[in-house]
Amino acid sequence: MTEPLVEVAALSKHFPLGGKNFFGRRHGAVLRAVDEVSLRIMPGETLGLVGESGCGKSTLGRLLLRLIEPTDGNLIFNGAEITRLKGAALREVRRSMQIVFQDPYGALNPRMAVEDIIAEPLIIHGARQGPGTRKQVASMLDRVGLPARALDRFPHEFSGGQRQRIGIARALILSPRFVVCDEAVSALDVSVQAQIVNLLQDLQREMGLTYLFIAHDLSVVRHISDRVAVMYLGKVVEVAQKHAIYAAPLHPYTQALIAAVPASHPADRSRGKRVRIAGDIPSAFNPPSGCRFHTRCPYVMPVCREVVPPLVEPVPGHHVACHLIDASPAGAPT
Amino acid sequence: MSELAAEDFAPQRVHPARATLKRLFHHRLFVTGLALFGVIAIIAALAPWITDVDPNRLSMRNKFLSPNGDWVFGTDNFGRSLWSRTVWGAQLSMIIGASVVALNAVFGTLIGAAAGYFRRLDNMLMRVNDALMAFPAILLAIAVTSVLGPSTLNVILALGIVYIPRTARIVRSSVIVLREMEYVQAAVAAGAGHWRILRHHILPNAMAPMIVQLSFLFAYAVLSEATLSFLGVGAVPPTPTWGNIMAEGRDYMRDAPWIITIPGIALMITVMGLNLLGDGLRDVLDPRLRIQQ
Amino acid sequence: MSLLEVRGLTTGFMTGSGEITAIEDVSFSLNAGEILGIVGESGSGKSVTALSIMGLLPSPPARLISGEVIFEGQTLTNMSDRQMQTIRGPGISMIFQEPMTSLNPVFSIGEQIMETIRAHERLSPAKLRERAIEMLDKVGIPSAARRMDDYPHQMSGGQRQRVMIAMALACRPRLLIADEPTTALDVTIQAQILDLLMDLRDEFGMAIIIITHNMGVIAETADRVLVMYAGRVIEEAPVATVFDRPLHPYTRGLLECVPSLTEDRARLVAIPGTLPEPTRRPPGCRFSVRCSHAIPACSAALPPLELLEPDHSAACIRALDLAPIRTADLAP
Repeated sequence: MTEPLVEVAALSKHFPLGGKNFFGRRHGAVLRAVDEVSLRIMPGETLGLVGESGCGKSTLGRLLLRLIEPTDGNLIFNGAEITRLKGAALREVRRSMQIVFQDPYGALNPRMAVEDIIAEPLIIHGARQGPGTRKQVASMLDRVGLPARALDRFPHEFSGGQRQRIGIARALILSPRFVVCDEAVSALDVSVQAQIVNLLQDLQREMGLTYLFIAHDLSVVRHISDRVAVMYLGKVVEVAQKHAIYAAPLHPYTQALIAAVPASHPADRSRGKRVRIAGDIPSAFNPPSGCRFHTRCPYVMPVCREVVPPLVEPVPGHHVACHLIDASPAGAPT
Repeated sequence: MSELAAEDFAPQRVHPARATLKRLFHHRLFVTGLALFGVIAIIAALAPWITDVDPNRLSMRNKFLSPNGDWVFGTDNFGRSLWSRTVWGAQLSMIIGASVVALNAVFGTLIGAAAGYFRRLDNMLMRVNDALMAFPAILLAIAVTSVLGPSTLNVILALGIVYIPRTARIVRSSVIVLREMEYVQAAVAAGAGHWRILRHHILPNAMAPMIVQLSFLFAYAVLSEATLSFLGVGAVPPTPTWGNIMAEGRDYMRDAPWIITIPGIALMITVMGLNLLGDGLRDVLDPRLRIQQ
Repeated sequence: MSLLEVRGLTTGFMTGSGEITAIEDVSFSLNAGEILGIVGESGSGKSVTALSIMGLLPSPPARLISGEVIFEGQTLTNMSDRQMQTIRGPGISMIFQEPMTSLNPVFSIGEQIMETIRAHERLSPAKLRERAIEMLDKVGIPSAARRMDDYPHQMSGGQRQRVMIAMALACRPRLLIADEPTTALDVTIQAQILDLLMDLRDEFGMAIIIITHNMGVIAETADRVLVMYAGRVIEEAPVATVFDRPLHPYTRGLLECVPSLTEDRARLVAIPGTLPEPTRRPPGCRFSVRCSHAIPACSAALPPLELLEPDHSAACIRALDLAPIRTADLAP
């Protein structure tokens, strides 16, 4: 059996709120942005990560890349523990993992030419600036669908979709194995979004990339992912193959999320037909006890308020954290 | 990638710095300010060639002459040429202003960038900063010059100490914003070290608000220097500074009003020019205002 | 007579390099109780259309170049600002994308709703409060009376959007313009807000214009659809027609480029290229440079919006050559 490329075990990130008091001591509550999350990402696959705002999906993505330090838990990349790596060893690992950001405007330094932006990772890892790197950057630009003329231009001369291509070129110039796409197509116009999704898929095939594709758009995630993980308030509540999760979601939250996606044809209007979950997402700053979804769950039971449901595997490959589901197969709510 | 076939870039082929310069020179306030300040700066630079009388040469025969054909700006109570004194005073003002700006550019940036970028240093540096900023600027400057003794160099040091915390705070606040930009995150993800991130990603983008601040600072420095001299804690008389000339002219305001008026007007032109220049820079360089236009 | 008639609306903006037109020759009509969806991507002019109807564009730099807006028989485009104020609120109301910045943080939500009512109606303080509570209740704010004194920052994004809707409805408008009302919201909250808008339409019988970039929102809500591209209307039809038989290649592209929630597709059908900036629009049909069916004639002249089939207009000279044959035509 193949080893996972990325594996996280009980990974947590808590942000202290309220800051320090006068004597430098912490006070106030903590925001549990990511709370004891365990996941595996296999080489060459795309794991989609969905959830609503504040669920911690972006924080999780950055934790995997060591862009922020975990509070607790372990992070294994390519078989090696990297949770506490520092200095040169960490820099070496960074070669193999990269990120593509959401905002095509904030992700590129406005004062650097495209060539310098894309060449920067090469320079950091010891390349000399010169005709060699320029050639390499030009060929990367070509792979993301931009002409070599773009080399000497500045970010403001490009449209959102073109900037996103530049951001992808920067992420891939070191030939990484693992790329986190953090809402990489969310800010783009739909007609351009499809181009970037296609580009990401082409590059994955050509370069053998593994993706963590973070997004809130469920149809885009379904299209691009092999497996999908759903997060709610810092917890992963369900992980499964995409067909399993979209066709037969087990967790009531996943069901509600899918039911809320607007229809693709006026004949399938959802109003009055699909179950809506009431209420708003509670604050992650003071999350509900027990199962965090219990405040909005249509099937809530007394135990849900008390006990945090563990992530179990009722169907092989389908993990879910809900008290309605027994670890033994069968017994899904409908 | 055929999907891109129809796509092209914006027609603009200009380097961003050149585009900024072009916008600046189309900005009416900036050009007016630059002209006013430029006149004073040029006069100051040409001081040795456009004055023929030593600014400190006494001539009791010629005292209290009002402006006339021989003495363009008239003479003061010791018969010194006010033209010479004002022009050399302009030079001193420019030297002091430029030195204070240079001190701020170096130390304000260093302290501000360190505090903004390294969270650990932030608290310590900013509390010292706050303590210094709690004193009224001019009182602190007086205190420093009283301790160090009045001299041109000490005026520069005093004004440096007074204004560096303010500059540092402005640099720090832009650095804090820039530190969270995604391109900085991307550089971290690529393995960049702190020095590279500061030098390539943070400082170049923090320059705009800093340049605006420094142009205003130049005006404050010139004004504060005049105030210190006027109060007798600046450059020692008879050094020709605008503050000194005005202090001496104060006693003869009724009979020889030109003594105090002429350096006053020079001071006003300088400060106004710098403020207009700063406003222009802010309009062009500060993106928040640019969007509103 | 229709509730709203927009005829040949053309709005320009003064920029550093001369005047550009944000929208050109936009015409449509809307009946009472009808929901019109205006769909388009960035730069399509959909928001400018809404703001032009409301007379809310800052002038300068904006300017109405030509066209007229007729609401209940009154020509809004001739009105003074003071006259327009009597229309905004009880006549036409608007909600925006960003519920955070649309509410004033220093007043409680109750005060803000009452202020809106007070601007148009004379009511006793008790009646005023009663009406505000009723509005909050209508938009689904739980325990409305208690939440009257809450401030915007105490509410979630979805609740703030509900408050915005309550404010917009406080004067019982005949037309509500909703500019990307759910774009900033999460999908479960979006579903709630769209349901709410439909419920309110059924209850009050007001007409709604929903402006969005999301075809799903259109599918969920609209009766009729206006598709805009680069400042012009390129297709108009009832909602089912647009989804079943889009005539303009751009509309077809918009429908095809979003992935499906139920079907697998190996590759998305992308529209090549980028949306043109207003200063760099191509000659002739503005979509021609991105259109895979373009022929030389497409870039020769702007295609007019023409009625090509009953109740279905499109601005494409090849629309009928390219459209699939209607099943109705095949029937004997």
